[in-house]
Amino acid sequence: MDVMLSEVFWIGLIAAAIRLATPILLASLGEILAERAGILNIGIEGMLLIGAFGGFLASHGTGSPWIGVLGGMIAGMALALLFAYLTITLAADQIVCGIMANLLAFGVTGFGHRVIFGMTTVIPSAPPLADWHIPGLAAIPVLGPILFQQNPLVYLGLVLVVACWFMLFRTSWGLKLRAVGEHPLAADSVGVSVRQVRYAAVLACGGLAGIGGAFLSLSQLSMFVEEMSAGRGFIALAVVIFARWHPVGALGASILFGAAEALQFRLQAQAADIPFQFLAILPYVLTVIALVSIVGRSVQPAALTRPYHKEGH
Amino acid sequence: MTDVPATMVTPSRVSQISRVVGQLAVAVVAALACGAVLILVAGANPVVGYVALFNGAFGSLNSIVEVLVKATPLLLAGLGIAIAFKSGYWNIGAEGQIFMGALAAVWVGLNAHGWPAYVAMPAIIGAGFLGGAVWGLIPGILRARIGASEIITTIMFNYIAFFVVNYFVTGPLVEADQFLPQTDPIAKSAELPRILRPTRLHAGIFIAMAATVALYWVMIRSTFGFRARVVGANEAAARYAGISVGWTWLVVSGVAGGLAGLAGMVEVAGVHQLLLEDISGGMGFTAIVVALLGWLHPVGVVIAAILFAALDVGADSMQRVIGVPVTLVYIIQALVVLFVLARSALEHDMFRRIWRRFRPE
Amino acid sequence: MVGKCSSAPPRVTLEDITKHFGPVVANDGVDFTLADAEIHALLGENGAGKTTLMNILYGLYRPDSGAIRVEGEIVQFDSPREAIAHGIGMVHQHFMLVPALTVLENVILGMRSKHEPLLDFGDFRRRVMDTARSYNLAVDVDARVSQLPVGVQQRVEILKALFRGARTLILDEPTAVLTPQEVDQFFDVLKGLREAGYSIVLITHKLHEVTALCDRVTVLRGGRVVGVERADNVTREQLARMMVGRDLPRSGERQEITPGAPVLEIEGIECLNARRLAALRGISLAVRRGEIVGIAGVDGNGQSELAEVIAGLRAPTAGQVRINGRDCTGATPRRCFDAGLGHIPQDRLGTGLVPELSVADNLVLQTHADSPFAQWGTLDRDAIAENAERQLEAFSIRAGSRDTATNTLSGGNQQKVILAREFSRHPDIMLAVQPTRGLDIAAAQFVHERLLAARAGNTGVLLISTELDEIMALSDRIAVIFEGRIVGVLDSATASRERVGLMMAGQDDDATARAAI
Repeated sequence: MDVMLSEVFWIGLIAAAIRLATPILLASLGEILAERAGILNIGIEGMLLIGAFGGFLASHGTGSPWIGVLGGMIAGMALALLFAYLTITLAADQIVCGIMANLLAFGVTGFGHRVIFGMTTVIPSAPPLADWHIPGLAAIPVLGPILFQQNPLVYLGLVLVVACWFMLFRTSWGLKLRAVGEHPLAADSVGVSVRQVRYAAVLACGGLAGIGGAFLSLSQLSMFVEEMSAGRGFIALAVVIFARWHPVGALGASILFGAAEALQFRLQAQAADIPFQFLAILPYVLTVIALVSIVGRSVQPAALTRPYHKEGH
Repeated sequence: MTDVPATMVTPSRVSQISRVVGQLAVAVVAALACGAVLILVAGANPVVGYVALFNGAFGSLNSIVEVLVKATPLLLAGLGIAIAFKSGYWNIGAEGQIFMGALAAVWVGLNAHGWPAYVAMPAIIGAGFLGGAVWGLIPGILRARIGASEIITTIMFNYIAFFVVNYFVTGPLVEADQFLPQTDPIAKSAELPRILRPTRLHAGIFIAMAATVALYWVMIRSTFGFRARVVGANEAAARYAGISVGWTWLVVSGVAGGLAGLAGMVEVAGVHQLLLEDISGGMGFTAIVVALLGWLHPVGVVIAAILFAALDVGADSMQRVIGVPVTLVYIIQALVVLFVLARSALEHDMFRRIWRRFRPE
Repeated sequence: MVGKCSSAPPRVTLEDITKHFGPVVANDGVDFTLADAEIHALLGENGAGKTTLMNILYGLYRPDSGAIRVEGEIVQFDSPREAIAHGIGMVHQHFMLVPALTVLENVILGMRSKHEPLLDFGDFRRRVMDTARSYNLAVDVDARVSQLPVGVQQRVEILKALFRGARTLILDEPTAVLTPQEVDQFFDVLKGLREAGYSIVLITHKLHEVTALCDRVTVLRGGRVVGVERADNVTREQLARMMVGRDLPRSGERQEITPGAPVLEIEGIECLNARRLAALRGISLAVRRGEIVGIAGVDGNGQSELAEVIAGLRAPTAGQVRINGRDCTGATPRRCFDAGLGHIPQDRLGTGLVPELSVADNLVLQTHADSPFAQWGTLDRDAIAENAERQLEAFSIRAGSRDTATNTLSGGNQQKVILAREFSRHPDIMLAVQPTRGLDIAAAQFVHERLLAARAGNTGVLLISTELDEIMALSDRIAVIFEGRIVGVLDSATASRERVGLMMAGQDDDATARAAI
């Protein structure tokens, strides 16, 4: 257990926590936007998964991991568009639609993967998104490996935290978004289009989740595995509650979950006497505990899950 | 926490039931049409594929039996989800409850050597129900007493259950050979008897039928079902009328979990005679779709369970004949939901417009 | 004042406006003219189409046919955005404020900022405060709306409209949330706005507001215009006849009844509201058999919480509730019902009914598990149906059938379903909260008759209403609630509107209070 006390261990753990937090962070930022606009997007798990597949496919096809990221984003947005049509235009139940979106993503990625790549023993791969070592900063001891030798999408995630915060609280878009999620009728009565705002929020959510998915399939190993989102979208739902619908909170909560995952991998490698399953359930148990501990102290957007019907038109 | 979904209408009359079935049929046809396009894209012939699918599901006694065997756990878990959703309790955790029911069942089954069947069988059935019920109750308690969203906790409990079972089938309960991640066979006396040898039809189908009748009474005829409907449709009105919302959720979370646990139990005691690493294989999620398509009505759930089981069984033979992956079925299933959802939402919308105009200013 | 600019086109003209909701005609060929610098009453009972007409002018609804002119020019509004751009502002009866946002954020919501999409809070704050100052609308722009009293929220709504450059203000039942004294001040503000050249539409069903404030009045009935009059040219009786289409029937007969034993006793009740702030600060009250006790007060002074505590829906932090002598402090709603409580809740569709369920099911919401509606945990559908037929008949509820979903009924018939259900349980104390809100005059009168009949049948009635007229007309005693306290109890025979009004504003009246109790 000496290993656990070494500096290398901790630096590695924190760096891994931030890396593993990234897909959860991207998804939860998207979910914050959707929920702040009044849409509970359970389908975010599917959007993450389809983003992973779309990203992999685009990178594999074009040879450019960046086009892959774009592909992941578009795939996520495509599913989000369908979800938005059902929940916003048709005002169908958001939870049911979310379940449907997850099932669809599961089917589409499984089917697509098997049809396109066949049932070969050779695992197909795509050009991965290489880490960026930020010149100068990457050499700083401790901080360098933790913060400045990461995947570009990790940096993107951090930038998006600030961007989301700024958008929500310092722009007219954010004001409209928050108003729509709290009291859509009031927003409508001053000429804010509830439908437009909600569509934009859900599409942004799908896009962000799609990028998060692309991170899963394009960073490091660069391959697609069926069901590779493994519940990270659902964890993002918990992160949003834990973060009280605030982007900065989402950063902290995501890193916490990333750390749980990183710790699991590390303990798995270090301590053979603990069954790996006990460590594997850590993030999920943590989610439940987080959820229970936060109850009553967080207030969700007042119009969450409520469809808005414009009458008289 | 949510409005009642558009799909929640209680069809109390034959005309309504036939309308619902007709709507489902249209959705299935539309979904199959979309599936045909995908088969074409995959470079195969959809007609040949669907013929294979149909024959695989209904072409012989054996295939029909296979459909019934597949439908049994879907029906059990689907009934539980139906009553939960009807009460506004979003139990997404059937998958985990199936796992835990199967685990509890196999534990009894492995220890039942030497027990007479009239002890072993009720014991394994009871264990399956209890295992699922306990796993379902924990999120129910968290929801009813603390207010933690069951949507997220039940999903998390799915993952936890998966790893718990994984631990047991690779660790404490691993088979004697220690070769595959599965347990040893359970005691013969604890097995659900086969009823149509040499097919795989087993007595689990009677459990499912009994559960359907029981749930029909509970949901449609009983006073508890009345209260559950009120809670699901309008929580505030339920509280106002003196109905305990929390208690209702506790009961349905336990019942839903127990029924899913029975689904896991029939897989262990009726189909495999042992516990596999992935004994559920996503049935808990399919059962959600089954419940929704069955209009959260016991009779509807029976129809939807058989339909989805047929799709599942047929897909295997479709894959054999035209080489299209079985995962196509998930797309078709999702599309069926999508079309039903879109249509009922449209109808619901018209309905809403009709009543809005009667509202005073 | 009217017609002084006869050469210029009027501020707003609505020509031959028709609007259907399904087969129901909300507005049927309505003409309406609003002159410059006039206060114009739009009078009619609930359901007459007043709000619909003004929602059309404000761009919330699109008319089926007809034209809108602003300053003589034909306009078409697809959303409030365009109406706002044409200088029209509307203050809705239910405020359109986002409680979670600050006053400033609410005021600027949806407006273009100088550096769109960046919000220049500093610039906005300065300008909003300037506007507030110049119209005497004192308000803390950085306060969260959820923390403001209703009267202040109304100021925010008006500020919101003025800040957007409104020259025409539509006010929908604005005095409902004000005490009579506040109404006077509010009318002074409106008169000031008129002096400054603003045109104001006042949607109301209160006749005295028309004669006290307005220049002209347009009366709507059943979606049609039944008359346009100069306000100084018409009597209240004439207006009432136009509004209702017949002479107003007398309110139900009040028999002289000697109140009996107390059926509801409340002592020192304190409780918190949903935001965990003190809502009730020690309320004591008793209702006896055969009397109606009215709780008067401006909305939001603890009425909802008081009703919830009595009905077992909110646990008090101190004090005691006894129904028929049985301790029901913090009891379940079930226990309160069993002790003899009937409850007509404030929110008809949200609390009182299960909208998706049938009328028959709604009629047995509390009693479904009791004989004869169930045996051995099984519902007796025949008994439930028979009960429904009986109640539909007894309360002349107009529903397609007993199996009709309750949400397809009109508001009046929905309320009748609740009345039928609650009275059929023969309660000893009836808690009626805002029982006529949103109902037309006929339906409201039906409710009043039933409450008086209950009183005659020796039931105690606790009537909680923000409609002072309703309280004055029905109550034997009037308790005035202010900021979670009963500031006084008056005998209705001696109580004047003015005195009750003062007490609604928190002016304690010890002497009267002591005398009445």
